[in-house]
Amino acid sequence: MTVSNVGIVIVSHSPKVAEGAADMVRQMVGDSVPLAWTGGNVEGGLGTDVAAIIAAIGRAWSDAGVAVLVDLGGAETNSEMAIDMLDSGRREKVVVCEAPVVEGAVMAATESSGGATLDAVRRTAEELSPT
Amino acid sequence: MNSPCDPVPKTNAMHTGSVLLTNDVGLHARPSVKLTQLAKRFGAHIEFARAATGPWVDAKSPVKVMRFKAAKGETLHFRASGADAADALSAIVSLVQRGFVADDEESAQPPHG
Repeated sequence: MTVSNVGIVIVSHSPKVAEGAADMVRQMVGDSVPLAWTGGNVEGGLGTDVAAIIAAIGRAWSDAGVAVLVDLGGAETNSEMAIDMLDSGRREKVVVCEAPVVEGAVMAATESSGGATLDAVRRTAEELSPT
Repeated sequence: MNSPCDPVPKTNAMHTGSVLLTNDVGLHARPSVKLTQLAKRFGAHIEFARAATGPWVDAKSPVKVMRFKAAKGETLHFRASGADAADALSAIVSLVQRGFVADDEESAQPPHG
């Protein structure tokens, strides 16, 4: 694994969606990008969990930064909360992308696999969203 | 470069080549990612189009390549400029000719979807 490539974290209310999106990234883009997913709340239902998002960011960590793809509402606010709780050296290297979670994850990972910067990875994912 | 679709440099700056899409699904999801990833390995500016006159699409843009949606039987026209443009064009034409099966892939199963 090339740790110089930007890491990708997938956060969905559903662990199945998150895992499935991660499967697509691995199959389509390959292993050159650090990747982690998380989904579901601590009770095992649909939802997201701040501590689990922090752990996922840690698993996908790269010195080039980490791009987080989220689905709806709480996934975004909990991801932002998770980023706020990171150490100050890491906090500024993690961004939440305004992009659809599945397509955004594949596109962001494709950009990352070419060695792009965190900013370029986010811009590529956000190209998918209507302006 | 001895492939049947040798890119022919028209000027010192711009290299061009074209290649027929022969894999069943054309330029779909996985082939799009492979094309983008290969283009990104080169410093050259690489674009492609459905016609030799354009409109041209940046081969290094994952989203633009994914949206291109070329089908089997269409011809892709490529143009590249920069120090490694000739190598880039040769590698990309070869990828399309192989049906988007990467150089290092042992699998006989071509990428689809």
